[in-house]
Amino acid sequence: MFVPYLKKPLVLIGGGLALGWLLVAIFAPLIAPYDPLQTLQPLAKPMVAGAKGELFLFGTDMLGRDIFSRLVWGARTVVIYSTLATLTAYAFGLLFGLIAGYAGGRTDAVLSFLANVVLSFPVLVLYIVIIVVIGASPVNIVIAVTFSSAPAIYRIVRGITIDVASRDFVKAAVTQGESTLRILFVDILPNTTGPLAVDFCLRLGYTAITIGTLGFLGLGLPPPTPDWGGMVNEGRAMAIAFPHLVIFPCIAISSLTLGLSLLADGLREVNDAKERHA
Amino acid sequence: MTQSLLQIRNLSVALPKGADRAFAVHDVSLEVKPAEILCVVGESGSGKSVLTATLMGAAPRGLRVAGGTAEMGGRDLLTLTERQWRDIRGKDIGMIFQEPMASLNPALTVAQQIEEVFELHSDYPRAERAARAKKLVEEMHLPEPDRILKSFPHQLSGGQCQRVVIAMALAMSPKLLIADEPTTALDVTTQAQVLKLIRELRDNHGHGIIFITHDLGVVADIADRIAVMRRGEVVEIGSAEQVLKAPQHDYTKTLIAAVPSLVPRDRPAAETEEAPALTVSALNHSYGAKQVLHDITLSVAPGRVLSIVGESGSGKSTIARNLIRLTDPTSGTIAVGGEPILDLKGGALRRMRRRIQMIFQDPFGSLNPRRKVGPMIARAAMLSGANRAEAVERAKELLELVGLQRNAYDRRPAAFSGGQRQRVGIARALAMRPDVLIADESVSALDVSVQAQVLDLLADLQKRLSLAVVFITHDLRVAAQISDEIVVMSKGHVVERGPANEVLTRPQHPYTRDLIEAAPGRGAF
Repeated sequence: MFVPYLKKPLVLIGGGLALGWLLVAIFAPLIAPYDPLQTLQPLAKPMVAGAKGELFLFGTDMLGRDIFSRLVWGARTVVIYSTLATLTAYAFGLLFGLIAGYAGGRTDAVLSFLANVVLSFPVLVLYIVIIVVIGASPVNIVIAVTFSSAPAIYRIVRGITIDVASRDFVKAAVTQGESTLRILFVDILPNTTGPLAVDFCLRLGYTAITIGTLGFLGLGLPPPTPDWGGMVNEGRAMAIAFPHLVIFPCIAISSLTLGLSLLADGLREVNDAKERHA
Repeated sequence: MTQSLLQIRNLSVALPKGADRAFAVHDVSLEVKPAEILCVVGESGSGKSVLTATLMGAAPRGLRVAGGTAEMGGRDLLTLTERQWRDIRGKDIGMIFQEPMASLNPALTVAQQIEEVFELHSDYPRAERAARAKKLVEEMHLPEPDRILKSFPHQLSGGQCQRVVIAMALAMSPKLLIADEPTTALDVTTQAQVLKLIRELRDNHGHGIIFITHDLGVVADIADRIAVMRRGEVVEIGSAEQVLKAPQHDYTKTLIAAVPSLVPRDRPAAETEEAPALTVSALNHSYGAKQVLHDITLSVAPGRVLSIVGESGSGKSTIARNLIRLTDPTSGTIAVGGEPILDLKGGALRRMRRRIQMIFQDPFGSLNPRRKVGPMIARAAMLSGANRAEAVERAKELLELVGLQRNAYDRRPAAFSGGQRQRVGIARALAMRPDVLIADESVSALDVSVQAQVLDLLADLQKRLSLAVVFITHDLRVAAQISDEIVVMSKGHVVERGPANEVLTRPQHPYTRDLIEAAPGRGAF
């Protein structure tokens, strides 16, 4: 069943990058050579041995913390909070999308109106407003991402649901006297997973960028938590003299996002091929 | 001996690796002469559509011509470049497709679309183009040609659209016409008119025509010569007379035996007058201001089959939707076993649903692709009150009853063919132990040989389980095979009703007579 996916180079490369970061996040304590918060030696250049003979792979920042170790621990932050935020956004988007798509009529009109209102705000402005109002904390970042992504997910789910609900097997379930809840979650939901898996990967990447952006704007996780976006922000002022302060966090963010985008593309290609085949 | 128009020799088209067979079309040799209709008959998957697409230089992606020639006017069509093809399509070869609506551009008027063909292939001045377009439309026997020319496709009926498509295909008087299931999407009376038109093209204009179809009835009406295809190969070819009256190949014999005839089957009369399982009285249904059902009254006794026959727009499917309460009628009553069902709500409605079950038209849409068929059937049994163990056992019994293996239990719908899926659909409906079974065009999507099997299965089960069946179909021939009683509907009205025998042999209403008259292959089988 998964074999066609594993034959796609896009899936392999993208999945490899994403999986790589996941492993880094899981095994952060084993991989990171130093404590990410400990001051060792300020502004050491990459690959240059320190005073006590330590090796700083990616150099150190102005507070003397090892950038490589901070990136490794930062992966954990990104992986945990992007996944969590995307999952909660999906929980709400799926629930309301299924309800609106299946019920139609007034329920759909009201829910879709609310979704459109949220979607009509520029995303970044929305994040900033939410974070400024409720404050920067891990939970609040999850809330902000959920609030601004759920409507987009809602729209996708609603569209697919309307299509799936019109098929005869849903009518068959209705005429068997199946409960609405079961029709939604057993008959309709499993038939939406193809397009949603693609969207999930893309969205996970966007969320990683978002968390990076929030960090960069100083609205992310409060310091000294290792956070890729925050690291770019902190290094910004001295980036011309010490480019390693920003280059490595930037590469980290883009490699993760790129990986997820490639994975999404690959999944879509395989899904499309499957659909054509059916 | 006349020169042949198109001569195909040993044509093979290879399928991509991993397909269920190596060739979509294998070693096919055919020829078409002027003023001749060659029918290519085959069931789904026979390769007939790949054959025609290849002849139009439009083989589906992934398929590749693996050998052979197709000679027309001294040129081998298979070696042409795309640029050369553009010159030939429309000019030397005209093509008519199955879906008339889909082959017309919805944003252009009929006149614009026909004139476009002239713009591409001729240097007629504007006035000449318009005059020729009008003449073509007139030749297609379209009413009010001036109005039609100014119309957009959505303002025309399916039959009118198909005639416009034919007009476009004929615009440059191509010598060869390829028609791929051109009447399959049309109502039977419209189909008869289009077939008549195609015969005229052969007789009056001398076109050579390749006519692809799955319907042997249509073949009997129209073919000069017949090629029977199966799994990519031509298994039999000969004159219409030969192939239909004295088929040589076993497969041709099976196909011909499976064609439903208009002669009603003998069905035993009801032994006793039982109380009807389903009664419908004075049913009216409106969509907004448009009334689609007028005062429909029906009843079916246990163990009897009532067919509702009508063309598209007759309201027959609305009746089905009302019966299973997917939509509610504007007025009227429906009773199952004497109990009115239209006022039921919530739990009472859910309990009633068990008693009236439906078999759907599309075997690919009616089964959830993500669920295994066994649990799907068992779930239906559980909803009707069985416990888990009973339900599983009942599901396995039903799979056997409908002619599938018990080990089908753990497979998903994708593992089954259309006919097998329809059997699963029947098993699922029966798992609820219903009193009334609604079959809405349940065999229309199936190949003719499969159709015959599913009809036999339905007739057998219905007798054994003493089910009241409402069989909805557009095809009088199919209705003739299974019905005790037939109701003929037109534009929301019942125009004729009676025992199947009476309706088919002594129709009273002119519309019923038209339907019988238009049934393809009447008298041939």
